Amino acid sequence: MRKKLMKKARAGTLESGDVLVTIEPGDSLDIQLTSPVINQFGEAIRRSVHEVIDSFGVTSGTITLEDQGALECTIRARLMTAIRRSLEGEEGVSQ
Amino acid sequence: MTYSTKAAPSLRDAILRSGLRDDMTISFHHHLREGDRVLNAVLGECSAAGLKNLTVNASAIMGCHRPILDFVRDGTVGSIECNFMHAQVGQAISRGILEREVIFRSHGGRPAAMDRGESHIDVAFIAASAADTAGNCNGKEGKAAFGSIGYAMPDAAHARHVIVVTDQLFEYPLIDASISEESVDTVVVIDSIGDPERIMSGTTRVTRDPIGLLIAEQAAKAISASGLLRDGFTFQTGAGGTSLAVAQYLGELMRAKGITGRFASGGITGLLVQLLREGLFEVLLDVQCFDREAVQSIAEDGRHGEISATRYASPAAKSAVVDQLDVVILGATEIDTDFNVNVHTDSNGVIMGGSGGHSDTAAGAKLSIIVAPLMRARLPLIVDRVGTISTPGEDIDLLVTQYGLACHPGRAELARKLKGAGLPVVPIQDLKAKAESITGVPVRSVHKGRPVARVISRDGALLDTIAMIDN
Amino acid sequence: MRRSYLFLPGNQPTMLQNGAVLPADVLIFDLEDSVAPTEKDAARELVASALRSVDYGERVLAVRINDLEKPYVKKDLETVVTAGAHSVMVPKVTGARTIQHVAVMLDLIEEEYDIEKGRTKIIALIETALGIEHAFDAATSSQRVEALALGGEDLCADLGCPRTKEGTEILYSRSRLLIAARAAGIEAVDTPFTDARDEDGCYADTVFARSLGFDGKLSISPHHLRPIHRAFMPSQETVAFALEVIEAMEMAKRERRGAVSLRGKMIDLPVVRQAAKTLELARASGMTLPEKEGTPS
Repeated sequence: MRKKLMKKARAGTLESGDVLVTIEPGDSLDIQLTSPVINQFGEAIRRSVHEVIDSFGVTSGTITLEDQGALECTIRARLMTAIRRSLEGEEGVSQ
Repeated sequence: MTYSTKAAPSLRDAILRSGLRDDMTISFHHHLREGDRVLNAVLGECSAAGLKNLTVNASAIMGCHRPILDFVRDGTVGSIECNFMHAQVGQAISRGILEREVIFRSHGGRPAAMDRGESHIDVAFIAASAADTAGNCNGKEGKAAFGSIGYAMPDAAHARHVIVVTDQLFEYPLIDASISEESVDTVVVIDSIGDPERIMSGTTRVTRDPIGLLIAEQAAKAISASGLLRDGFTFQTGAGGTSLAVAQYLGELMRAKGITGRFASGGITGLLVQLLREGLFEVLLDVQCFDREAVQSIAEDGRHGEISATRYASPAAKSAVVDQLDVVILGATEIDTDFNVNVHTDSNGVIMGGSGGHSDTAAGAKLSIIVAPLMRARLPLIVDRVGTISTPGEDIDLLVTQYGLACHPGRAELARKLKGAGLPVVPIQDLKAKAESITGVPVRSVHKGRPVARVISRDGALLDTIAMIDN
Repeated sequence: MRRSYLFLPGNQPTMLQNGAVLPADVLIFDLEDSVAPTEKDAARELVASALRSVDYGERVLAVRINDLEKPYVKKDLETVVTAGAHSVMVPKVTGARTIQHVAVMLDLIEEEYDIEKGRTKIIALIETALGIEHAFDAATSSQRVEALALGGEDLCADLGCPRTKEGTEILYSRSRLLIAARAAGIEAVDTPFTDARDEDGCYADTVFARSLGFDGKLSISPHHLRPIHRAFMPSQETVAFALEVIEAMEMAKRERRGAVSLRGKMIDLPVVRQAAKTLELARASGMTLPEKEGTPS
C-alpha cells in the first residue's frame, strides 16, 4: 500500500523531551535530523523514522526532525501524527 | 615605609609595581560568580602591557570570563588552572584553543597544591567589596558584597605578591578583616569589581520539578534511615535545585523528630540560613555565599562563620571541615557502574564543569550521596565508564534516582538499613538497565585527540585526562 | 488503593514519562481541557504511544476523553481502549444518557478488537448542576461505572457562583455526589484543589473531603500528591482500633461464632469493612503494621 504525502504538515514542539516534525511532499526521500543526542542516538532515530514511514507506505518526501531529546515512543507518535496530517487532513486540524 | 604606600593609582600601575613578567602565574577567586569584572579587567591590562604566556590560576572560570579566550588567542594567557570551568570557555578548551593542558583541581586540592609547593602563585588579584588602605579586606561589606572570601585566603597566604582590588575603600582599620594587611602588598580601587545583580546568579532555589522533588524526598529518607540523622548531625549540600530540596525535606524531618544539627558547611544559601535561624543547625561554616540571604547573614550573624578553602577541604591541612561531615549531597552528569562520578565533561566529552568541592566532600563525609535523574531527556545517567573521573567511586556511597537507589557494593550495612526502611535499593546495574529500557542504549563516542586537560586528585596525583574532541 | 488521581496533560511527552515515577494511585491522561483543539490528534497518538510503551507499574491508567458534543469521542475511545487504558473518564456527565452512550461505544470497540467485554471502566466526571441532580442515575446506568468524580470549577461556573478556596459553595454538591456514589456502591472522588503552589491548602481541603467520606481526590499538580496522601494517612489510634477489629473478627471466625464483639460491644459489618480499609490506607501510606501473628491451633 503506497501512499503519497499530500501537503506540508507539522507535529510536535520544541520543548525538552519533544520533537518537532515537519513533512513536505517531494519526489525523493530526504530525512533531516538535528538532535542534542545525535552522537548517542542518531542512528536509532533514523531507524525509527524509516520503520514508521515504511508502515505508512510512504516512500518520498522531505521529513525534518528537530529533536529535543525525545524518547523513541514520542518520536514515533509525533511522526505518525505528522504523516496522518499530511496524508489526510488539513495542517493542525485534528480528526 | 608606611602602609599608605600600598595604594596604587590604577590597576595598570598595580600590575607594573608587582613585578609581573612573562610566563608568571596570576590568581583569582570566583566569589563574584557571573558578576565578576576583575579577572577580565586584569587580563585586559596585562594584554595592554604586552605580557605574554601568563598562567591564570582561578578557583573557577565562569561564563562571564569568556574574554579569557581572546587573551589566549593574543598570547597573554598560556595556561589555565582552575577547579571549575563553565561550558562557554570549556567548549573552546575542548576544541584545543590552548596548547598546554588545563589543570583541574578541587577546592581542597588547590590550596593543598600551594601548601605542598606544587603550585606557585606570583601575583594574586583578590577582589574585595570592602578594603582599607592597608589591604585589610572582606566580601561582607560594600556595594558589591558577596559574602565569604574563603577561596582567596590561600592565595593571600601563598602568593609572592598580593593585590587587593576593591571598589569601596573604608577607613583604616577595617575591623572585620577576612584577609588582613600582613599579607597584602598593594591596594587598588577600580570603578566596579562586579555586578551585584549577577553575583547572585545561578540555581539557588529549591526545585519545582516534581522529579527533582521526588529524588530529594528519597534522599532525605535515606539519610534518616542511615542512622546518621541525630543531634550533632553535620551536613553539606550543593546549590542545585534538587540538592536544596534535600535540605528542605531534611529540615522537615529534623523539625518532626526534634533533632538539632551541629553545622552545615560549604556553599551557603538562604535555605540553610533559614535552618540556622530556626535552630535546626547551630552553626554554618561558609566558604562561599550563593545568594543575598547568605551574604546578609554572614555579615550579621555570629553563628554564620567564614572559612578558608584550606580549612574547608585541604587534604594538606592539619585538619579540615570536610572530614567532620556526616552527609554530603552531590550531583553528577554521569556515574558509572563502579560509582565513579563525572562532573567535568558532558556526554560528548566537552568540558562543562569541574570538581569544585565534589571530590573533597565525597572523600571526607561518612555518607556521600549522589542525587540525579536517571535520565536527562534521552541521556541515561549511568554508563559503563564515565567520560572523565572527577570523584573516584570508592568515595561515593549511595546513588538516589527517581527509579530507585543504589548502594556502593562495599556498603552492605547501609543497604540493609535502607531496605529496612522500605526504600527501593537495587544494584546499580539494574538502574542502568532500567534507564536503557526507556532511552535505548546510547552509542559511546571515544575521543582519541591529544589531552586538553588533566584532572588532578586532591592528593596531587593524576586522576584522569580529558581528550580534545574531534568535531 | 485510589487516593490520588493525577491529571497528565496529554500532549506533553515529559509529563507522560514522569507519570511512571510520580506517586499517584491513578494517572489520568488528559485529552480534554489541557489539549488545544488543533492538537487533539497529536495528543491521542502520544497518549496511546505512552500507554503501550511506558511501564507505569501498579498505577491505574485512565484517560479523560473529550465530551460527547465533540467529534473526537469515537477516535478517543478507540485509541485509548486498544492501547490498554483501564478506565475512561467521561467529562460533563449530565445523567444516565451520557454514560450509556459511552458504554455502547465501548461495547462495540471491545467487540471489534476482541477485548474482554466490560474491561474498560468509566469514571463519571460530574461538573454541572444537571449532573449533580442525576448523579445516582449516572452511577447506576452501567456496570462499567466505578467512580463519580466532582469537577468544582466548571460546576461553579454553571451554578453562577465564585469558586473559593474554602469551598463552601460546593459543600452541598460534594455531599450530594458522595451520597449518590455510596448509594450506588462505587467510589467518590473529590474535586481538584486549584492552587498548585499551596500544598498546605491542598492538605486542608483533602482532610475536609475525607471527613465527608470521599475515597480519593483529583489533582492537577504533582505537588498535590504528597498533601493528598498525607491527608489520607490514618491516625495511629484509628490503625490500632482497626487492628483490634480485624483481630476480633478473625477470632470469631476461628471460634465459629457468627457475631463479632470487641470489649463486649457488637461489631457490625460496615465497621469491619471500614477497619480493613483503614489498614489498606495505612499500608499505602507507608506505616509499619505489626506482622500478623501465627494462627494458634
